[in-house]
Amino acid sequence: MAAVSSDFKPKERVVGDPIEIPQIACGAMAESKPFVAKADHNEKLGFPGELVEDWHDKAIFRLGELLENNRALRVYLDSCVKCGACTDKCHYFMGTGDPKNMPVARQDLLRKVYRRHFTWAGKVVPWLVGAEDLTKEVLDDWYSYFHQCSQCRRCSVFCPYGIDTAEISMAARDIMDTIGVGQKYCNEIIGKVFNIGNNLGLPPKALKNTLEGLEEEIEEETGVPVKLPLDVQGADILLVTPSADFFASPHMEGLIGYAKVLHEAGVSWTLSTYASEAANFGMFVGSQENMQKVAQRIAKAARDLGVKRLVFGECGHAWRVAYSFLDTLAGPFDFLDPNYPVPQHICEFTNDLIEKGKLRFDRSKNDEFRLTFHDSCNVARASRMGDKPGGQFEIPRAILRATCNHFFDMAPETIHEKTLCCGGGGGLLTDELMDVRVKGAQPRMRALKEVADEHGVTHMAAICAICKAQFSKILPQYGFEMDGIVSVHQMVSNAILLTGSTQAEEFDAQHRPADATA
Amino acid sequence: MLTAIFAILFYLAAAILLVGLALRIRLYAKTPAPLKIPTTPAPITRGGVVLRMAREVTLFESLFKSNKWTWAFGWVFHVSLAVVLFRHLRYFLQPVPEIVAIMQPVGVLAGFSMVAGLLALWGRRLVVERVRYITGPSDHLMLALLVMIGISGLSMKFVAHTDIVAVKAFFLGLMYFDWKPLPSDINLLVHLSLVLTLMIVFPFSKLLHAPGVFFSPTRNQADDSRERRYAPRGLLKPQAKA
Repeated sequence: MAAVSSDFKPKERVVGDPIEIPQIACGAMAESKPFVAKADHNEKLGFPGELVEDWHDKAIFRLGELLENNRALRVYLDSCVKCGACTDKCHYFMGTGDPKNMPVARQDLLRKVYRRHFTWAGKVVPWLVGAEDLTKEVLDDWYSYFHQCSQCRRCSVFCPYGIDTAEISMAARDIMDTIGVGQKYCNEIIGKVFNIGNNLGLPPKALKNTLEGLEEEIEEETGVPVKLPLDVQGADILLVTPSADFFASPHMEGLIGYAKVLHEAGVSWTLSTYASEAANFGMFVGSQENMQKVAQRIAKAARDLGVKRLVFGECGHAWRVAYSFLDTLAGPFDFLDPNYPVPQHICEFTNDLIEKGKLRFDRSKNDEFRLTFHDSCNVARASRMGDKPGGQFEIPRAILRATCNHFFDMAPETIHEKTLCCGGGGGLLTDELMDVRVKGAQPRMRALKEVADEHGVTHMAAICAICKAQFSKILPQYGFEMDGIVSVHQMVSNAILLTGSTQAEEFDAQHRPADATA
Repeated sequence: MLTAIFAILFYLAAAILLVGLALRIRLYAKTPAPLKIPTTPAPITRGGVVLRMAREVTLFESLFKSNKWTWAFGWVFHVSLAVVLFRHLRYFLQPVPEIVAIMQPVGVLAGFSMVAGLLALWGRRLVVERVRYITGPSDHLMLALLVMIGISGLSMKFVAHTDIVAVKAFFLGLMYFDWKPLPSDINLLVHLSLVLTLMIVFPFSKLLHAPGVFFSPTRNQADDSRERRYAPRGLLKPQAKA
């Protein structure tokens, strides 16, 4: 694991304005680079194994192809006026002070090459318009700084032209993959999805064992035989969830929550081994082809199992791909029941039941949790829940309020559409990037510290597998408890009163009207 | 001779501006947007998107969220520029429409606020460390060009009066292909030369943000991917049939 640079002491930096603007520190993060993918990782995804000989020409050619096929890229490379609106908005800039982590400067790494090769001014007067050739040094800069962008889109909220740095960094990563410079973490994982069906490489047998173990656990706890069905033909609902839900904590506690809710709803549902992954790292590497191949596994599983509905578990970028892209990439989904949204988020599913009064909770079961909620970037700024804009903010909070007695929001400039990335999104959740992950988490950690001090907040809930994994690692560095990060459906799981469960009986015994006990 | 040079340059600059912009806009329009990427929360209807875009281009809503100073300076500059351009219609329309005549005093004031806004924006480029870092030579030059256009324009009213009747005759002559002599005042010639420069660099510079914003997918797409299937032509290959 790469050490956090020694002059950065998270515990000493945890108190302060979450969105404090740092002093500029040129080159501070130039050495931050993820491991380069091995040849077979790249080749499995259709990319050359290593840096190709004519990489310069290939890269320029690929940039040309992307320009012709992506309006966002073309418009965004042209439109920036260097107004500076985005310069202080990136959590990696706030945490590192490296000016190349200012969104506009990150974009300029690609824009200068675009100008040199694709604009008249850049060909004639490159020095005037900041046009530069794609040299090996520039390529190294790309590899370093396009892997210090979590594609969280916070900058795009503030840009007067809506320039989305995520689009630029996806394009840059696609170009690098095309010339054989892949990132190990992402490319290896995409390969695992193609081979086995999920990011973790969890084979069907292990998955089955895990689910059976969870069933036993739930029955022991509640006395109710809640099932976690796998590959059930003809089930009504296919639940697609990040594979971390089968393996990690607090993810698994969330999965238990989904299972209890689905059980209580009385619906028939199933997980799939073939599509045992909601995450889609094809988006992170900017490869639409790979993103489409991963997405199509879900469509195939839904068809093969003959389900009527598609529900997604707690995962940020997975929900973006599901909500915004799935129909385009793998649709049409006309074989599903049109009476339900395609796809639906598990939070929407749970909240509907809560609103209809179909779920009962004993909120006091969560009294040890004084909660806040971390809006995950891809949910907040690239998707929706419910039928109104902003439902993605309200619905998870509504669930928390229904299941917990103590809920407090963090500072307004750090939540909702202005939410701060956990620091590990966009394909950066790998150990060798720990330095930039810790620094990038500083704004969020400061916001958390504020509510911890002010309201005694003990736990932060999230609906993203990456956020949960990142915070489990990062919280202790900033002096919080490691288990201070929880799943939203973990809170549901703790408080839900399943029909016929020991918890429901106890609750009813305590809350029986006085005259009835006499 | 002078009249002929400026006449030809204005035809040329107008052609470059219009054709250059038209080509760029056509390029933006025909480049596919393969996926739905509105920055959410986003409007869920087309009507809502029109409103969002209208707020963006008239109020600079996103910039307002970002930084109040940049917003204030930028907004003052753009609105002033719009008023100034509107006021300039008096040199191209005969008779002068009443509304243009009414706006005349405001238009003159706007000349000052435009230059003030530009100078404030320029000041940020020099004073704010982050903005200085991202500022290149072309950014300074663009500001210099606009400031000098403003100052040379104001100088014709407040320093050395130009025969604006003759100027108007020149431009009407250009429009009706019946050239009339252009006065040879130095401040007028500087003003017009700089405007010519601006017209020519427009389609090749960051001024493309003006048409660009309307083509920005994060702002012009509705958040309706679950309600309406989005299946544009683009990078995506036809899906493999399961």
